[in-house]
Amino acid sequence: MFGFSRAESIAFLVMLVLIAVSPFVLYPVFLMRVLCAALFACAFNLMIGYVGLLSFGHAAFFGMGSYVAAWTMKFWGLDASVAIILGGLTGAALGLVLGFLAIRRSGIYFAMITLALAQMVYFFCLEAPFTGGEDGIQQVPRGYLFGLIDLSSDMTMYWVTAAIFVGGFLLVHRIIHSPFGQVLKGIRENEPRATSLGYRTDDYKLIAFVLSCMIAGVAGGTKALVFGIATLTDVNSATSGEVVLTTLLGGLGTVFGPAAGALVVTSMENYLAQFGAWVTVTQGVIFMICVLAFRRGIIGELGAFFRISL
Amino acid sequence: MTDDTILETEGLTREFGGFLAVDGVSLRVATGNIHALIGPNGAGKTTCFNLLTSFLPPTRGKIRFKGRDITGMKPAMVARLGLVRSFQISAVFPHLTALENVRLALQRVRGASFDFWRSDRALQVFDDRARELLFDVGLSGFAETVVADLSYGLKRALEIATTLALDPEMMLLDEPTAGMAHGDVDRIVDLIRRIRKGRTILMVEHNLSVVEGLCDRITVLTRGKVLAEGDYATVSKNPEVIAAYLGTVDA
Repeated sequence: MFGFSRAESIAFLVMLVLIAVSPFVLYPVFLMRVLCAALFACAFNLMIGYVGLLSFGHAAFFGMGSYVAAWTMKFWGLDASVAIILGGLTGAALGLVLGFLAIRRSGIYFAMITLALAQMVYFFCLEAPFTGGEDGIQQVPRGYLFGLIDLSSDMTMYWVTAAIFVGGFLLVHRIIHSPFGQVLKGIRENEPRATSLGYRTDDYKLIAFVLSCMIAGVAGGTKALVFGIATLTDVNSATSGEVVLTTLLGGLGTVFGPAAGALVVTSMENYLAQFGAWVTVTQGVIFMICVLAFRRGIIGELGAFFRISL
Repeated sequence: MTDDTILETEGLTREFGGFLAVDGVSLRVATGNIHALIGPNGAGKTTCFNLLTSFLPPTRGKIRFKGRDITGMKPAMVARLGLVRSFQISAVFPHLTALENVRLALQRVRGASFDFWRSDRALQVFDDRARELLFDVGLSGFAETVVADLSYGLKRALEIATTLALDPEMMLLDEPTAGMAHGDVDRIVDLIRRIRKGRTILMVEHNLSVVEGLCDRITVLTRGKVLAEGDYATVSKNPEVIAAYLGTVDA
């Protein structure tokens, strides 16, 4: 099924069941937050896990997607589907420009360039009139999907968000398991060798980056729709850092890791919110434990234990 | 002369901060030959390879491949023209299987693999050819093995299989037998002898018995310059070459 291995198929079914059952048990708005974070982390994982490039500025694409979707919904009254697609295209377009500059370097230099460029995007959002500065864009109506489905109910919105997540998840999975993905893995494993086989590696890295940014933009757009708000938090470097933590915790380069990581990190934020600043401290401690004790992340360790790839 | 010369350099020079790693090397490799590049450590052999395949731009000089000036071309383009290199440290994709390693080279034949929407089952058409190549280098039993788990000698064999998959007109092998046990060396030598048909090979090699048995022509480099050129018999009797290898003639 979709090129899944046996173990992956089972894990995928488990994930689908969890997505289908959980809104009847847990608060749907919280779950939607998890799904948006999970999709964002899947996008990020495409770069770090399969191209081996650590982007430290992925919030720029998430946040710009969020702003554009929110703005077009609120002021142009666009259909939810169109707004989210525009969010994705914004992420892709921004990814093309920033990626063109960043993919020329790798390792720490790539991380620093993406961080610097993302900070520029942050300050642009802080100053530009259309983003509403410190206030952000608030009270964005959820409106209708395809002009038919009223999204004002949380349950309806939840199913739409779940569908977007599953779609994005399958897209990432397909990218990884495509002829293109095979070349990406080659670049991750040994870039000079890939070059010596005649692959123009920069082209592959740039396309992967644009795809990753597009999915991040879709995640941001969906988030804006769910919460009716797009703010500076979405483009903040802390959001960039959080997606790194999420992916690392779940398992770099695993198919299900980003989703698992998003569940843990978002739950922590949600249920520990009453302790205020302690959330950050807890996150820091967990990050350290993860790096020191189980470097493969939750799903990575599980997979290693059962000797399967998830 | 130009007809049967496949690769030619003219005054090829590379400076690293004032140090001349390769100094005015004019090299001519005849089509169909196995040509060895030998010399003591630091003679500039690997730098020469990097220049020939555009992994490094030359400070001065020209490189012509099949009569075409390839100086300053992108390394991926040079590979596409049919001049493919191997590396000194075994260049494999460690976390892919041996089959996937070879297939990644075969996949290049499709042109650019930008199709991220298609299933990688589309690549199964290359499986048969990949298995053939693995068989050729004695890796039949390891097709599904993750390459990180292979021994050093097998990795080198896999690397040659991957290079061969591109069916290049000319191969540059950087120390194909370095660090290998005896049995492995013989196997690689046999392999090179088998694959030379219809190809030109330029190789860096330290093992002189390998060079003697295999190579038609030898160029000796020292300190970035060509010291001598000729067949093994001529070169090995050249007093300057002996001096370069052993320090002085008396030693």
